[in-house]
Amino acid sequence: MRLSYPSNVKIIQVPCSGRVDILHLLRAIEDGADGVYVAGCLEGECHFLTGNVKAKKKVQYVKNVLEEIGIEPERVEMFNLSSGEGPRFAEIAKEMVERIKELGPSPVKIQKAA
Amino acid sequence: MIVADRKPLKEILEMVGDSKKVLILGCKGCVTVCNVGGNKEVGILASTLKIARAKEGRPLEVEEKALERQCDPEYVDQIKDIVEDYDAVISMACGVGPQFLSERYPGKRFFPAVNTTFFGGAVQHGIWEERCAGCGACGIHHFGGLCPIARCSKSLLNGPCGGSADGKCEISKDVVCIWDLIVKKKMEEGHLDELMIFRPPKVWTTARDGGPRKSVREELVQ
Repeated sequence: MRLSYPSNVKIIQVPCSGRVDILHLLRAIEDGADGVYVAGCLEGECHFLTGNVKAKKKVQYVKNVLEEIGIEPERVEMFNLSSGEGPRFAEIAKEMVERIKELGPSPVKIQKAA
Repeated sequence: MIVADRKPLKEILEMVGDSKKVLILGCKGCVTVCNVGGNKEVGILASTLKIARAKEGRPLEVEEKALERQCDPEYVDQIKDIVEDYDAVISMACGVGPQFLSERYPGKRFFPAVNTTFFGGAVQHGIWEERCAGCGACGIHHFGGLCPIARCSKSLLNGPCGGSADGKCEISKDVVCIWDLIVKKKMEEGHLDELMIFRPPKVWTTARDGGPRKSVREELVQ
């Protein structure tokens, strides 16, 4: 299954989506990422029981923070899929890249470049 | 512990104003335990403020630090060599922190990043509830170990009001009627009769009614 997905998606591997921290997401935005998403396992199927549910809450926290400071919360997202769903992984990557393209570059990056 | 909530970011950004370099100062005491002003939250606020200001094209330089406590002069002293490097200091401690800082460093600006709310504890991970009102004359042993001053919406000391229904307070179904619990507890203890003991009106001079309070332990004063 040699699936292709947009090359501008940079993958950072973690042992479980529960390892993803609020600071990881915020620092990515701070450093100029146009969007960040977490790909966790399906709900109810976390090997560590609730890692993906915890990740979802952290993603929501970051969305709230971004909204509070006037940045589109859609730039951060949580997706759930099983490790056997390769095609879905590629689909999500395309979906997220499309969404970010519609939103345009991050205002943080625009100002940094100016 | 003292429980607090982070202020809205808009309010913090307004306080920071045109400052170009700020220090965000956390506290490793109560606010760390209630996840609002420890190292972790300092990092989150620092990153958020940097994003907000970068977006406006007015970058903000932010340093992060957390003191052991902000309510003891020896710890507050620990920033004496760096405090002058910043336009302002944002304290993530309870209301005591920014006051100790303001008193120790005249001429510097200190902003509170949290709203200090109550003395309480964690009833479950992520949820804190008020338990003590700091009245200065604890009498919870009269009430089955439960405080009606802190936990009754009206701070009634003589039993429930007419707003008590099914163990809940009339202000919200999420608020228990503490008098319902007190009566049940007294029944379980087999000491319900103790609620009939006449007690004179509470003297409130030990609470805030007596003005700002002070505690002096002569054996410790040097």
